[in-house]
Amino acid sequence: MQQDAMQQQPVHAGTIETTYREAVREAIRDAIKRDSRVFLMGEDVGRYGGCYAVSKGLLAEFGPERIRDTPLSESGFTGAGIGAAMAGMRPIVEVMTVNFSMLALDQILNNAATIRHMSGNQFGVPLVIRMATGAGRQLAAQHSHSLEGWYAHIPGIKVLAPATLEDARGMLWTALQDPDPVLIFENVMLYNMTGKLAADAGAVDIDKAAVRRAGRDISLITYGGSLWKTLEAASSLAADGIEAEVIDLRSLRPLDDATIMASVAKTRRAVIVDEGWRSGSLAAEIGMRIVEQAFWSLDAPLGRVCSEEVPIPYPRHLENAAIPQAPKIVAAAKAALGRL
Amino acid sequence: MAEFRMPSLGADMDAGTLVQWLVKPGDGVKHGDIIAVVETQKGAIEIETFQTGKIEKFLVDVGTKVPVGTPLALIRTEGEAKPAAAAPPPLAAAAPRPIPAPPPRVAAPAPPMVPGEAAVAASPAARKLAQERGIDLSAMTGSGPGGAITYADVERRLAAAGVAPTAPAERKPGAWLDLAAMRTAIAAAMARSKREIPHYYLEHQVDVTGCEQWLAQKNAALPPDSRLLIGALALKAVALACRRYPAFNGFYRDNKFEPSPAVHVGVAISIRGGGLAAPALHDADQLLLDELMRRMRDLVARTRAGRIRGSEIADPTITVSSLGERGVEALYGIIYPPQVAIVGLGKVVQRPWVIDGAIGPRSVVTLTLSGDHRVSDGHAGALFLAEIGKLLQEPDKL
Repeated sequence: MQQDAMQQQPVHAGTIETTYREAVREAIRDAIKRDSRVFLMGEDVGRYGGCYAVSKGLLAEFGPERIRDTPLSESGFTGAGIGAAMAGMRPIVEVMTVNFSMLALDQILNNAATIRHMSGNQFGVPLVIRMATGAGRQLAAQHSHSLEGWYAHIPGIKVLAPATLEDARGMLWTALQDPDPVLIFENVMLYNMTGKLAADAGAVDIDKAAVRRAGRDISLITYGGSLWKTLEAASSLAADGIEAEVIDLRSLRPLDDATIMASVAKTRRAVIVDEGWRSGSLAAEIGMRIVEQAFWSLDAPLGRVCSEEVPIPYPRHLENAAIPQAPKIVAAAKAALGRL
Repeated sequence: MAEFRMPSLGADMDAGTLVQWLVKPGDGVKHGDIIAVVETQKGAIEIETFQTGKIEKFLVDVGTKVPVGTPLALIRTEGEAKPAAAAPPPLAAAAPRPIPAPPPRVAAPAPPMVPGEAAVAASPAARKLAQERGIDLSAMTGSGPGGAITYADVERRLAAAGVAPTAPAERKPGAWLDLAAMRTAIAAAMARSKREIPHYYLEHQVDVTGCEQWLAQKNAALPPDSRLLIGALALKAVALACRRYPAFNGFYRDNKFEPSPAVHVGVAISIRGGGLAAPALHDADQLLLDELMRRMRDLVARTRAGRIRGSEIADPTITVSSLGERGVEALYGIIYPPQVAIVGLGKVVQRPWVIDGAIGPRSVVTLTLSGDHRVSDGHAGALFLAEIGKLLQEPDKL
């Protein structure tokens, strides 16, 4: 995957060749240097350098006060992070993958998301929780979930899905400035993605969706790892004379309705691409919002490309068949245009 | 199994009435055979099939009005085995429009869009626009998923506005032409042309004395019904000039000009009792004059009898119109969209003319061009007319 494929990418004089993994690491380094209240905490983030090697080298650079290895106890260390945030720190908690975050769900939902409300605004939880998400690495059903849509259901937290190098580099700092919990979902298929990034890349906004490719015929709305499959689909649609507009949601909660509706008002058609399971998915929520807010602009039934409703299979061909892929997106777009 | 469908015979045609089958189930047909007669706003049109095979089954009863694209018959193509009992279900012949099938879905359990029996399948955007502009959706055919009417369909309808929803015309047996419907269609096409096409007009006088002399000589030996008329020369000259100046031969669609590699000259033919049609003389640039004249006579006779073929209605890439025989000296036509030019041919008149410094009597005709300024400019139009005039100076080479 090359980020060059993306349109509307700002061109900077000073750019560096980097990876998504390095961009996230750089964001953590930057935050630790800029704010003495920031520290990283999680399973294997120190000596091992992180399950996905994101924090490799940081323990040597910053020491065990700032880079803290934890026991295999998601509820315990997430709760500790919440407490630290309430007490004035700015913790970055790394939950190895979203699959293990179920063990911390009580902390996230019942504590992090509710303390401001329950305490009558006496306490806030300025906490950032990072976790890997998604399928595609043949890690089988228990390690391949895409549950960010579940978290986007919860009032009181923000949910981000950086899909580009800029966002991997820039969202963390902005999230740390937020007075409430922010969850950042990093798709496992993106860590090795290479591309060019401005040498002086820094903080970015975390409340706007981005139009990654402009088009007039149909809006393809997606986020995270699916962005690149969707852009690939848009390219092959263009070869058939269909100009698809690709929206990268960036923030899954809150959703940037204005950008979505502006696009749909222009194209009058939409297909939502979401690696979560179809029923009760984030795609369902977006589709409903479009119907609520842009019904009279629609020219075709809304379409969805989601994961099949099965535990994600281990064999490569079945795993690929279970999650969104470019040909499925192309087919859904063509169906919406009556071109099948 | 191939489907024989109600064809579209122009951008403003939504539906047609099946008037007559010229074949019966079991008959063999081949590409190009005329197998049905369909009545449209433009009159009764003979419809050709593009399949070779055997007529398996009729799907629509004679007298039924169906939207463009509706399968009318099934044709078992060569090499296909006779099907088992499972024939496709016939269409409800009386339904005003077929209920569109749900669009094919890639992803499994999407609720299909199946409108109720009486419902018109139209998108919300199309409904809103139609309501704002007072368009009746029930008279329209859709191009969207499952045949639903889309925003763009309503836009196209608006572009062809002036088209009143046609009341089913009463047809006397044997009366192929519905002149009232034809008038409505002409009104729509001409109003759209004047609204959308920025016309420019040029006039060019051509000495055709040489043509007349050549024709007199050639026709002397021919029986009256085979004689060449000067109109045939002009038509051939226009067709040849189109090859050299392609900007006048083709269609302007979706904001761009598509030049046509073939030259199909539409011949404007007036119909007794009112009405006008301009069916195509196919590949006019490649026909020898005798053949061109024969086909022109055939076309005029069939058009006046109300029997034009579908391909003749839809195909013209440029139109030639003449009112010379009614004494008109110069005619400025309105372009028939989506064409981009119409050439007018006036009466041949005797004029005092200067040749080699001396005045003498010559036969002169006024050629005119109405051109689409979105596609060509007056300068190109002047060259095009001059080329026609030049070709007419050497009739033996036409």
